[in-house]
Formats: sequence, structure tokens, C-alpha cells
Amino acid sequence: MSRTDLDTGVDRPRAPEPARRPARRPKPPLSREVVETRILGVLKWITIAFFLVATLFPFYYMVELSIRSIEDVALDPGALWPPRGASLSAFGDVLRSVDDGGQGFLIFLRNSGLVALASVAVTLVVSILGAYAIARLQFFGRRQVHFLFLAVYLFPAILLAIPLFVFFTRIGLRGSLFGLVLVYTSQIVPVTIHMLRNYFETIPEGLEEAAALDGAGRLTIIRKVSLPLAMPAIMATSLFVFMIAWNEFLFALLFLVENRENWTVSLGLSQLAGSVEVAKTTLMAGSVILTVPIIVLFFATERLLVEGLTAGAEKG
Amino acid sequence: MRERSGRRGPTLAQQEARAGIALLSPTLIVVLFMVVLPILWTIVIAFQSLRLRNLRARLFDFQFTLGNFDTVLSSSGFLSALKVTLIYSIVGTTLSIGLGLIAALVVRQPFRGRTFVRASMLLPYVAPVVAVTFVWQIMLSPELGVVNAIGTDVLGWSEAIPFLEQRNGTLNILGFSLGVPTALIVVILYQAWRYFPFSFLFILARLQALPGELDEAARVDGATPLQRFWRITLPQLQAVIALLTVLRFIWTFNEFDDIYLLTQGGAGTEVVSVRVFNYLTGRGDIGAAAALSLVLALLLVVLLFLYFRFFVGRVEGADSI
Repeated sequence: MSRTDLDTGVDRPRAPEPARRPARRPKPPLSREVVETRILGVLKWITIAFFLVATLFPFYYMVELSIRSIEDVALDPGALWPPRGASLSAFGDVLRSVDDGGQGFLIFLRNSGLVALASVAVTLVVSILGAYAIARLQFFGRRQVHFLFLAVYLFPAILLAIPLFVFFTRIGLRGSLFGLVLVYTSQIVPVTIHMLRNYFETIPEGLEEAAALDGAGRLTIIRKVSLPLAMPAIMATSLFVFMIAWNEFLFALLFLVENRENWTVSLGLSQLAGSVEVAKTTLMAGSVILTVPIIVLFFATERLLVEGLTAGAEKG
Repeated sequence: MRERSGRRGPTLAQQEARAGIALLSPTLIVVLFMVVLPILWTIVIAFQSLRLRNLRARLFDFQFTLGNFDTVLSSSGFLSALKVTLIYSIVGTTLSIGLGLIAALVVRQPFRGRTFVRASMLLPYVAPVVAVTFVWQIMLSPELGVVNAIGTDVLGWSEAIPFLEQRNGTLNILGFSLGVPTALIVVILYQAWRYFPFSFLFILARLQALPGELDEAARVDGATPLQRFWRITLPQLQAVIALLTVLRFIWTFNEFDDIYLLTQGGAGTEVVSVRVFNYLTGRGDIGAAAALSLVLALLLVVLLFLYFRFFVGRVEGADSI
């Protein structure tokens, strides 16, 4: 923005501001400070409005299309408010099983739910033990292990997908939800260990030592002392894993595509999106069904998640 | 911990080491079998002539060949895929971090409804990729989409633009005609939209942890808001922005889902990872897919090396994330 045009006060010798903040005078001098503050103050709200529209509109549009009929959309694609013939019938169509003339999303929902919950459970068990070990116990190679886990993230998912695809094809686990849970766990564990380790390190060790002096074993200490204290981090981690597993697409596509019974919601939606037989508004209802659980979870736990994810970022 | 082992003798340290390995073993096993070995195996496959249909017969046939690399490197689409990948990663990374920075700056100060605004800005990032790409597809569709409806009805476009199917379009500005790669621009804008929240989150966290004294001192000395931003705030964000640049570049460079779902790699948007996927499933040429994915990983390593060597002396705080 051209600040010089408006900036009448540039050439004024800038006297150091008195330490006392001047109260609002009837005629404030139009200094550069004042001009910039005012312009930026206005720009700030314009920017906020822009971001709000840009981020929220696609979701509004998704919901809007899901309650309109496809004929109505084809007739008037620019209508952003659906007064005529809004109905929830698309949701019924998309959820009903294929035998009843629907798209079978109820089964996809069950699959997605199963995969996501199982991934949360397996990932938590594995990463709680691992994170505790890295945070609390001295052993050879502790630092390197941690680095190795994060280095894994340099490799493209598609590179990993090839051998896993071959391997699961060979042992006949391709097409099973169980194989997918294993893949998700291995992909997420490096991050969850990192999140949990950061939290474990903030718990004072004295509590655990006291339990140890009372004769509690290592696993008992983890279960009775460390876990309850780490509950906020464990919740955040669970949500994080759930979201990743629920949203995942590439591995679901590679592993499950031949077996419609095992499709997740993401996979089902992407497979049907290319077909000309299914109305786009019906599929839009499918995307609402796919998105709503995530958004509800996210808004309910936003603070918890954000703090869990950016822990350590403040240090810069 | 250290104190304790001193008190009770060295056996406890050994015990602790054993317990550490034991507790970490499930992680090690999962990562070893599902990540490390597969990566090594990819290297082996890249030198085998392995196809989906001869998988059973050829899997343990260790006759190594460079044929796969020859196939993928000399194929006609390779160089253009490489170019598209680079443009997509560099512009996409820059845009998403730039937007994230602006978004973080405008919600820095508390105001009514700030929590809602902040949560809304994170939505594109947390929503399922399949759902948001589908909405974008429909939104930009020439027949059903709201963008083309507004474009033709309100903005007076002469015809609907197939944003995701058009390789080259012309943009008329002030009488000049400019050729533009329409679909590539759209996927880059999409990528900025979807991933700016990640940068936003991290920059905001850093902003809120900045000590206020420096800014206050500069204000007292008469520095204007813009001067304070350029001279005081931005230098303090340098480390987090450098880190975000690396992370976002890695992820964008390897990106598959978004482009595949938006365009299937058509209309001049075929990035290398989509090409790998097409080798794998379209042609069933597992060896070539593995070779190309290795090329992708190696390129990334080289680019990261150059970045660290020539652009940053040392990224401070890179080890803290």
C-alpha cells in the first residue's frame, strides 16, 4: 500500500514521544504513526473478513449443495441461498445400502470409524511406552532414535506405499482393514512419540520416584502415576491420530480399492466422485458426512489440539 | 535420574537401559517393519524388473538392472513433471507461508470472536482432503459451479472456464493477452488455501511468545507500526519461517493426494508423485514406480542440501520441533 501519498507528517522532525501517553486530543497531529495505525487498523478487519470468507465459504457451499436437488443446481448454479425445495433426502440416498438403491455410506462410516479407533488404540499403546522411555530413561541411542523417527518424514508417502503395496499383496492382507491400521500406526507413531515425550518431560519426576520407593514396578508407575498426569496430552494425541486416520486417502486407495465392502468414507467419496451415475448433490451429502465428525471434534477440542501440536514452537 | 543411579549403584543404570529398550521395542518393531525395511526394499525393487503381473514369479528374482531408471528418466513426461513439481512446491510453499504470516498478524491482538476466527482459519487444514477437493471441483465446475456462474452472470465472462481441465488459458489485462497455465495456477492456489493454516498456527504461537519490551521500546523511540514490523517483529520470526519453509517444501514436494484428487495429474499438473502412482497402478510397473520415487527422494535431499548450504547458515530452533 502506498503509505507515502497519505503521509503528510514524514518530514516533520520526529520529537521523541513523551513518556506519558497523550490522551486523545481534539485534533491529533497527522503523524506517520497515526496514519499507519489507522490504515492498518482498517486493513486488518478487511483481511480478517477476507480470510473468514475464504475459509468458511467452501464449507457453507458444501452444506448448501447437499440440501438442494441436482436439477435445481444445474438450473441455477449461482444461487447461494436455498429457499426452494431444500431437503435432506440426499443424506438418505447416500447412507442407504446399495441394495436399497443408496450408496452404502453407512458401511463406509463404520469402516472409517473402526480404522480410526483401532489406529488410535494401537498408536497410543505403542507411543506411550516409547515416549515414556525416551523422556525418562537413560539408554544408549536415545537421542538418535528420536532423530531417526523424524527423519522418516523426509520420504514421500508414495515411496513407502510401493513396498507396502507389494508386501500386503503378497501376504494377502491387502484389502483388509487390519493392514491399514498397521500402516497408519507406523506413519503416525514418530509424531505422537514426539508430542507425548514433550509432555512427559514436563511432569516432575519426584512423583514417579516416590511411587518407585513404595515398591511399584515400572509399568505400574506408568499406568498409575504418569498416565493420569499426562491425560491432556494423551487426549490431544488421540484426537490427532483419529483425524489423520479418518482423513487418510492414499493408502486406503491402494489397499482397499478392489473391495467395496471395506471402503472408508474418504475412499468411497473419491471413487464415486468420478462416476456420472451418482448425482453430485448426493455425494455432497457424503462429503458433509465425512467432514462433520472432524469439524465437531475439532471445534470441541481446538485449544487442546493446538497446544499439543505447537508445543515447543514457542522456543522458535 | 542421574542422581538416583549414583545412589544405588551401576546396576540400576543397566536396568534402566534394559527397560528403556523394552518399552521402546514396540515402536522400533513397527517403524522397522513398516518404514525402514520398506524404504530399503524400495531401493531393491528399483533395480528389479518387477511388474504387478509377474509379482509372484519375480519377487525374489534378484537380477539387478538399471532398466527402470532408464525407463523413467528418458520418458517424455519426466522433465515436465519435474518442472511442474518445482513450480508447485516453490510457489505453493511461498504462498502458504505468506498467507499464514498475514493471518497470524491480523489475529495477533485479542478481539471479540478471536477464538472463532482462529478456529475457522484452521478448518481447511483439518477437514478431510477428499471432501475439500470435491467441493473445489464442484465449485470450479463449468456446469454446476458457483464460480463460473458468478463469472458469466455478474463479471461478464463470455464463457465458463474449465478451471481444472484447462492446460493453457489466456488472460486479458488492459488489452494484453497473457498465456497462463490455468489448472496449475488453480492447484497452487488450492494448496495455499489448504496449507496456510499450518504456517498460521506456528507463526501465531511464536508471535504470542515474543517479549513485548522490544516492540514497546521501538514505539517509544518513534518507530511506526510498519517499521516495527519490518525491523522488530519479522527478524524475530525468521527462525520459525525458515523452519516452516523446510517443512512445507518437503511436504509440498512429496504431495500426492491433493493434486491426484483435483485433476488426476491432468491438464499440465502432473507432479512426480502422481507419476509414480500412475506407474504403479496404471501400468503395473512396480520397478519403474520404485525407481521414480527414489529419484524424487534423492532430488529432495539434494535441494535441501543446497538450501541449507547456501540460504541458511544454520536454522536456529530446527531441533526444537
